[in-house]
Amino acid sequence: MKPLFSRPLAAYACAATIVAASGCATTVDHDPADPFEGFNRAMFAVNEGLDTVAIKPIAKGYDAVSPLPVKVAVGNFFGNIWDSWTAINNLLQGKGGDALSDVGRVLVNSTIGIGGVFDVASEMGLTKHSEEFGQTLGKWGVPNGPYFYWPIIGPRTTRDTAGWLVDTTYDPVWRIDDVPLRNSLVALRYIDLRASVLPADKVIEEAAFDKYSYIRDAYLQNRRSEIFDGNPPPLFP
Amino acid sequence: MRSLLSLLFALLLLPCSALSLERSPDALVQQVTDDVLNIVRQDKDIQSGDTRKALDLVETKVLPHFDFQRMTALAVGRNWREATPEQKQRLSEEFKKLLVRTYSNALTSYKDQTISYRPTKLEAGETDVVVKTEVVQPGNKPVQLNYALEKQGGGWKVYDVIVSGVSLVTNYRGSFAREVRSKGIDGLIQMLGEKNKQLETGNK
Repeated sequence: MKPLFSRPLAAYACAATIVAASGCATTVDHDPADPFEGFNRAMFAVNEGLDTVAIKPIAKGYDAVSPLPVKVAVGNFFGNIWDSWTAINNLLQGKGGDALSDVGRVLVNSTIGIGGVFDVASEMGLTKHSEEFGQTLGKWGVPNGPYFYWPIIGPRTTRDTAGWLVDTTYDPVWRIDDVPLRNSLVALRYIDLRASVLPADKVIEEAAFDKYSYIRDAYLQNRRSEIFDGNPPPLFP
Repeated sequence: MRSLLSLLFALLLLPCSALSLERSPDALVQQVTDDVLNIVRQDKDIQSGDTRKALDLVETKVLPHFDFQRMTALAVGRNWREATPEQKQRLSEEFKKLLVRTYSNALTSYKDQTISYRPTKLEAGETDVVVKTEVVQPGNKPVQLNYALEKQGGGWKVYDVIVSGVSLVTNYRGSFAREVRSKGIDGLIQMLGEKNKQLETGNK
């Protein structure tokens, strides 16, 4: 297997960020969860710029030209690949039943579902779960750590950044030897994901007073809910 | 004259009959959701993003089931107790406008999804409950959409909407608290008012 360029790259990015972040955490009245707000806001601006000029237009084009069955097939295909990792993470979190159901999903969808293009398993009652290594770490009691907003990959707490690195190391798509094919698949998955959240753009844009902090607060609430599998203990009594 | 009287009578009865039905909270959520989505499915204007029409729909069908005073209190947090009754009133009015708009925007983006309802356990005498639903979208993992309801007098009122674990209400806590710290309650009222005005002129 060829070395993954993503890993050293991400590691450098991390190191560079921590150095940069310590120099620009000067925002007044910041959230204790977000000590590097200055850096994060800068990265957020970079991402917003990238999104406006490139990612969103491509996602819109993809959304416009692909009929629904194609988008569903793409989503299912990558979802099926991810389900194997979901199974491992469920096992690591001690949820054997869920892990077994995830293995069943992969088996059914890879065969009857023709390589994962059809999500037959969901129709058979094998519910899709949403797990990755960041959640597993959370379940094990690892705290969030400072919040970061990274270029391209977006919001991640320190724990979830570590989780993401492990996810990427496992990720079967990133491990494909054929580099052009690998890059095309990674790009397709990214654009498909962006396209799926296009409808949320206007909702967030109009609901938020400050888009940066709205997304941060929502991200932190969402992660908390994910770690507790949708049933977090109440935060505000 | 008689028809006018009977019309008046019917109008008077309408809210009472809706209340006296004593619907369970999950039945209420399901009925309102089904009603609203049936209209959206048949309305090409709303589907193509007509915010005005979506706003009207939310105002007539959804609004009566929401407790905006409680929602605003939740979003404002600790500072709520320091607000005068008049400030509370104005805060609720402005926050209501913003939430109605958020809800309407979500409706105009509704396309191929279906809603599935999770069973709700309701103990006898319970006055606070979360009704869980799931937005099932082909090719994507389902999105959890939960409603927190409180029993008030004759019926249930929604006081929080939680999407994928994100409360649309408490998500404002941080930014509202910051505004109150720097500019006081009146500053927050002004911030909400300006936002609503800007949204209103933005898409008529």
